[in-house]
Amino acid sequence: MKKLLLGLAAAGLGVVLALGTVNAAEEAHNAAEPTHFPIKEPEEMQWSFAGPFGHYDKQQLQRGLKIYKEVCSACHSMHMVAFRSLEELGYSEAQVKAFAAEYEVQDGPNAEGEMFTRKALPSDYFPSPFPNAQAAAAANNGAAPPDFSLIAKARAVERGFPRFITDIATQYQEGGPDYIHALLTGYGETPPEGMQIPEGTHYNPHFISAKSLAMAQPLQDGQVTYDDGAPQTLSQYSQDIAAFLMWAAEPHLEERKKTGFRVMVFLILFAGLVYVAKRRIWADVEH
Amino acid sequence: MSGGHSSYTPGTGIEKWIDARLPLPRLVYDSFVAYPVPRNLNYAYAFGGILAIMLVSQILTGVVLAMHYAADVGLAFNSVEKIMRDVNSGWLLRYLHSNGASMFFLAVYVHIFRGLYYGSYKAPRELLWILGVIILLLMMATAFMGYVLPWGQMSFWGATVITGFFTAFPVIGDPIQQLLLGGFAVDNPTLNRFFSLHYLLPFMIAGVVVLHVWALHVTGQTNPTGIEVKSKTDTVAFTPYATVKDAFGMVIFFILFAYFVFYLPNYMGHPDNYIQADSLKTPAHIVPEWYFLPFYAMLRAITFNIGPINSKLGGVLTMFGSIAILFIVPWLDTSKIRSAVYRPWYKLFFWLFVANAIMLGWLGSRPAEGLYTLFSQLGTAYYFGFFIVLMPLLGLIETPRRLPNSITEAVLAKTRSGGQPAGVAAAPETRA
Repeated sequence: MKKLLLGLAAAGLGVVLALGTVNAAEEAHNAAEPTHFPIKEPEEMQWSFAGPFGHYDKQQLQRGLKIYKEVCSACHSMHMVAFRSLEELGYSEAQVKAFAAEYEVQDGPNAEGEMFTRKALPSDYFPSPFPNAQAAAAANNGAAPPDFSLIAKARAVERGFPRFITDIATQYQEGGPDYIHALLTGYGETPPEGMQIPEGTHYNPHFISAKSLAMAQPLQDGQVTYDDGAPQTLSQYSQDIAAFLMWAAEPHLEERKKTGFRVMVFLILFAGLVYVAKRRIWADVEH
Repeated sequence: MSGGHSSYTPGTGIEKWIDARLPLPRLVYDSFVAYPVPRNLNYAYAFGGILAIMLVSQILTGVVLAMHYAADVGLAFNSVEKIMRDVNSGWLLRYLHSNGASMFFLAVYVHIFRGLYYGSYKAPRELLWILGVIILLLMMATAFMGYVLPWGQMSFWGATVITGFFTAFPVIGDPIQQLLLGGFAVDNPTLNRFFSLHYLLPFMIAGVVVLHVWALHVTGQTNPTGIEVKSKTDTVAFTPYATVKDAFGMVIFFILFAYFVFYLPNYMGHPDNYIQADSLKTPAHIVPEWYFLPFYAMLRAITFNIGPINSKLGGVLTMFGSIAILFIVPWLDTSKIRSAVYRPWYKLFFWLFVANAIMLGWLGSRPAEGLYTLFSQLGTAYYFGFFIVLMPLLGLIETPRRLPNSITEAVLAKTRSGGQPAGVAAAPETRA
């Protein structure tokens, strides 16, 4: 077994050296005409839900919900998130009911065969700002704003070598929120000299698939009023909405990590017991 | 079984009654209790058991997931998200199933490397090895079709690319592709037949596993020395010795499995698969799941035409060939010595093969351009060179180390003396 592990380590080292050479050679690219995106890597932020004991900060999620409601929801749908799940943000049943009632949803057909609109119930999902993807695209220069239900898991900047290996040890799973924060705070820079920015798009070196995107800077300092005393800055807004979107994409994250801890404790204790049993059973046999 | 005659003696009247009619308890006793295994097996031999339990885990989680899944292009993506959000413990089932596939492949690759290292494919175990390669092929088909089911962007485009391989074959290519797809492009009929087959194939795997274990129990297990069992002292009873050792290996493997399920559930997946499939938007880089990456790298390494074979067909043949060549490994290896422990040169080239496979995996995730292509070509050359050139050649020119006379001698030499014979010292089966 020791030999096997040693061999594996040697094999791994060989690969590391080979990959290092290739990586370095591919790294160089032109500043004005970049071919790899994003141009700038996202900054790694501190998230309450990172790590083995991560949990959502309910205050932060409530602030994020406010931003989504007041700013993002004008263009971005979130059709997989039901109002009822907002109770997980610390709201009471009555508060959720009142929150849902602020929205109108289509229902029907009724007994007369007519579709009708009514106030949303907790069992309804966030209504979409556009009736369909075509309408969304038509109203937004041809680029339909993506749905937000899963966006925090659907975006992640490639980590590259060797971080994709160290990420296993650090349990890094926050590529989505880091990216969202980086994108929202990444506007306003002047593009490098000689770079052509297509008309109707906005330069953002953090955008994952091009040098510019159709969405203009959506959040500015002081735009959303917080009532819990949190700073009303772009950086704070970006973190709050990113955390909220992570919750929207992975509502069972806390439950998962809590269950994981119990499973790990059990498995490690069980492994110890099985190992002791194995030692005793094999004690009289040389092998 | 290899140990000779059945040693099962029914104790009670009920056991005698059953044994006279359907001797299933006898079969279980002879196969998993009294069955003799070499006493020097190390933890690399635990992966067979780990794979069996992973197959069971995948089938159990899969059956429950199928109760909530809707195989329709309009519903599939949302039904998976319903599982993640609203089904009780649905997130756990789905993460167990998706990460379980990765763990299954991790285990099967270790299992195959173990076989290559200790020469487990050599006579009289050729059929055992070939059945294993068939299981690998079935696993690959199952995993590929399972990845299509969530109907994300990578599901859709992966299916488009992989079924597109078949069009490389002249004449029969297009009809095969249309049969696979149920049409001219990946669409609802594709999803439906993939779901049907994804549910069917695991049971076919289970069937071949039965044959695989049967063949194993006829020939008996190999061991790190590669010397056949010669006397009773070479072996121990499967239960409790191998059972408890395998159980420990399984629990350790579960710790790794649980670590990914609970803390890194999306590490092995691709973010694009959380975007619903869109036939009008091609992802920037279409990459398969990590366990297909070495084969994907070899597919893309063929960027040149070879005579009448264009680069596309050449790539597809190379990729299929990389699995097909495993079928003839028992006849490519000319060495009379089984275990790499006593073959210094084979051992070196074996570990290079492992490093090369990992490198190919990484290259498969890179865009096919520049130096990446060159390295992929070198890696592909070594992959095939290992089987076609090194395996036959080394057996003829290599001077093996001295073999111990028996498993018992090897074990005793290792545990009793500090100054061991060179060959025995190299044995990797250190005390676990």
